[in-house]
Amino acid sequence: MRDRRLRVRLRQAAPIALDVEFACGAGDVLAVFGPSGSGKTTILRSIAGLYAPAHALVQSGAATWTDTGARTFLPPYRRAVGLVFQEYALFPHLTALGDVMAALGHLERGKRRGRAESVLAQVHLSEHASRRPGQLSGGERQRVALARALAREPDVLLLDEPFSAVDRAVRRRLQDEIDGLRRTLDIPLVLVTHDFEDVVRLATHVLVLEHGRTVASGPVTALMSRPELGALREVTGLGSVFDAVVSRTDAARGLVELAFDGGTLLAPLRDLAIGAAVRVRVPAREVILATSAPEGVSLHNVLSGTVSAVHEDAARGQAVVQIAIGSLLLLADVTRDAIGRLGIVVGARIHALVKSVSIEVQGVSARTRTDVAP
Amino acid sequence: MDWRALRVSLWLGAGTIAILLPFGIWLGRLLAVRQFRGKLLVEALITVPLVLPPTVLGFYLLVTFGARSPLGQAFQALVGQSLPFSFEGLLVASAIANVPFVVQPIQRSFEAIPTEILDAASCCGLPPWQRFLRIELPLAWPGVLTAAILAFAHTLGEFGVVLMVGGNLPGETRTLSIAIYDRMQAFDDRSAGVMAATLLVVAVATLMVTATLSRRVGPRRA
Repeated sequence: MRDRRLRVRLRQAAPIALDVEFACGAGDVLAVFGPSGSGKTTILRSIAGLYAPAHALVQSGAATWTDTGARTFLPPYRRAVGLVFQEYALFPHLTALGDVMAALGHLERGKRRGRAESVLAQVHLSEHASRRPGQLSGGERQRVALARALAREPDVLLLDEPFSAVDRAVRRRLQDEIDGLRRTLDIPLVLVTHDFEDVVRLATHVLVLEHGRTVASGPVTALMSRPELGALREVTGLGSVFDAVVSRTDAARGLVELAFDGGTLLAPLRDLAIGAAVRVRVPAREVILATSAPEGVSLHNVLSGTVSAVHEDAARGQAVVQIAIGSLLLLADVTRDAIGRLGIVVGARIHALVKSVSIEVQGVSARTRTDVAP
Repeated sequence: MDWRALRVSLWLGAGTIAILLPFGIWLGRLLAVRQFRGKLLVEALITVPLVLPPTVLGFYLLVTFGARSPLGQAFQALVGQSLPFSFEGLLVASAIANVPFVVQPIQRSFEAIPTEILDAASCCGLPPWQRFLRIELPLAWPGVLTAAILAFAHTLGEFGVVLMVGGNLPGETRTLSIAIYDRMQAFDDRSAGVMAATLLVVAVATLMVTATLSRRVGPRRA
């Protein structure tokens, strides 16, 4: 099989400070996450060859696209890269079909139309093939942009804030579509976003960026269980993220049972089939700690585990407790006072109480790859 | 009605467009996309024919093309005739006088293409010349069209430069504008009136063609 791993190292002091190094394997979705102005888009542009940082190494599989050390710089049109721009950047004078065909210069003239039509069909836009961008809705434009980026069968797909210009309902559908693509494409996918929901829903790996520097990076589930990441708390609120499978649905009680590696959780019933893979987020501030299992309470989820880390934040008078439940590392936001009162220390047995309604569940496709991006 | 004058005028207009459009597209795009030292000076030089009185421009062109100037001598040696008071000389003068009318609309229309569109074209695998032909030129087309029509209309109406450089040679350098003046001097009001009306019709027709074409181009812009 072809090596399609994307390796990136970018370094420069000015005009845009950059200091990042990461890799993204085929089938992985790396979310580059950070506030606006943190250099996210510059990273994508550097991969595509639209920007040349002072020191850079960009490799796709065996191909070197940028290597400032060896004075290698492949122009963008010679890189096998698909880039979906934030505002989609469709060509105003071309129809959806023409737009996609413009990206098919590598095919023989006679084969372009057929290929463009089939790609448009893939994103469910066949009936709009003859429309120009002005006649398409935001969501449709985004799908044309996606079709255009994929038409060339790129070795890397880059998405720049792909959902920022569409409303919430469309956003959901597009997220599903991209998640579906991720499974069929088997290429590295780099997603730039400032919205943490995108990370939770789509990413296998995340790179948190601040002023062009990596603050944290790794698999989403591992990263979300780390108690000391204050940077993330600022934007998202702390909370563990993990993968689970729907093991039971109970329509009568209005509940769905989610099995994860270490136990089960009950959450409000959603339109999910048994066996469906879901991504679960438990906000740290919604988790209550107890030294003994309570009785006569309304909540459904009492998880027993062991305290694996305590991170105290003296300035705020608060602490984040990490509890190991099987392979799950759950985070709980508590006061420093509670730490003392309950005698919470690393290694202590503890019960984590979670209201079913505070569990955030998102249907996703099965995620099998868990290898770590450096 | 001086049909030869009308022919000279139309040929002059068409020739001016033929010479200036390729040059205007090249220079207009260059000024739109590139930042270089001396860009402001180039832009100022382009605008000079716009602010200079036509007779002054004509005077300098005459001096530059004249038999005593190196340029005039070089042309004489190459072609065997002199530039001043010939159709060729008139064409060169007309092209120079029309540079601002052609370069500026084209420059503006290339500037109006968002950078993201150009980047997207590159990411679609289009090499620079294909990007130019398939994306940039179609998007800048309204500007190119405006440039062509402005140059044509302006050439038909030009008087000062034509009189200075071309003189008034029937069938060679006597344009319709000159012919109208010529007839008026000879108290031939009727001929002057017919020719003036002809120019008016051509002017209105030009505007209508512009409007039709720009409407056809219009909906293509998002």
